[in-house]
Amino acid sequence: MTSTAANPLTSSMQGPSPAVQVAKDLARRGVLVAPVLVGLGAAFWGISGAASVAYGLAIVVLNFLLAAAMLGWAARISLALMAASALFGFLIRLGLIAVAVLLIRDASWADLVPLGLTLVISHLGLLFWEMRFVSASLAFPGLKPSPSQDFSATVTATISNDLSETKEYQ
Amino acid sequence: MSTLAQLAAETAYTAAEAKNNAAASGAGMAYGLAAIGPGIGIGYLVGQAVQAMARQPESAGTVQTTMFLGIAFTEALALIGFVVFILLKFV
Repeated sequence: MTSTAANPLTSSMQGPSPAVQVAKDLARRGVLVAPVLVGLGAAFWGISGAASVAYGLAIVVLNFLLAAAMLGWAARISLALMAASALFGFLIRLGLIAVAVLLIRDASWADLVPLGLTLVISHLGLLFWEMRFVSASLAFPGLKPSPSQDFSATVTATISNDLSETKEYQ
Repeated sequence: MSTLAQLAAETAYTAAEAKNNAAASGAGMAYGLAAIGPGIGIGYLVGQAVQAMARQPESAGTVQTTMFLGIAFTEALALIGFVVFILLKFV
């Protein structure tokens, strides 16, 4: 049996980045739920809770956007660079989140409990929400809600590879 | 008598300090260990995704979408570790 595979070092993704589309969708959903979460923070912890929840939500959304931007940028160069940017991006973004939280830990308006809860809950909540939409669009392409949430671009995104670099595996 | 009282006070202070130090190092270790697992997971996930894209270029978009969500889910573990760290250390 013979199968061919493109070389990850020389192959790159062309077209709109699916990761950026997913991240923008996550950010849009984050903006949608922000009033509810900030209201909950204000109800349980007061003004400092509301401010901390808003700050935490901003961190989560920016983290998604930064991750997608790095992946999208690297995928246009090569798949191997995309893998590297995913790994080192994880470390860099974890450090940035730590710096963002440690910078405001002594601020008068900051409350670490709602901030921490927001980081975990909004991160996972937005992901589950997005995952349901993405899995539905993949399973039922005809039932996509609207053109603005169209993921057909993910199908048109293709790999450009130099066929002369294609290797054959026996 | 005063020497004994002073010694007792110093011992108590040292015990409290040792407890604080142990809590700080425990929190830091929890954060570090919580970051190792997702690091391994993301490496494995991305490696498999790149292999899938190289073998089946026509499905690269779908694979990258799933890969991005997988990375974000895996990263949540590290985020939980970080939140536990700040709650143990500063609250």
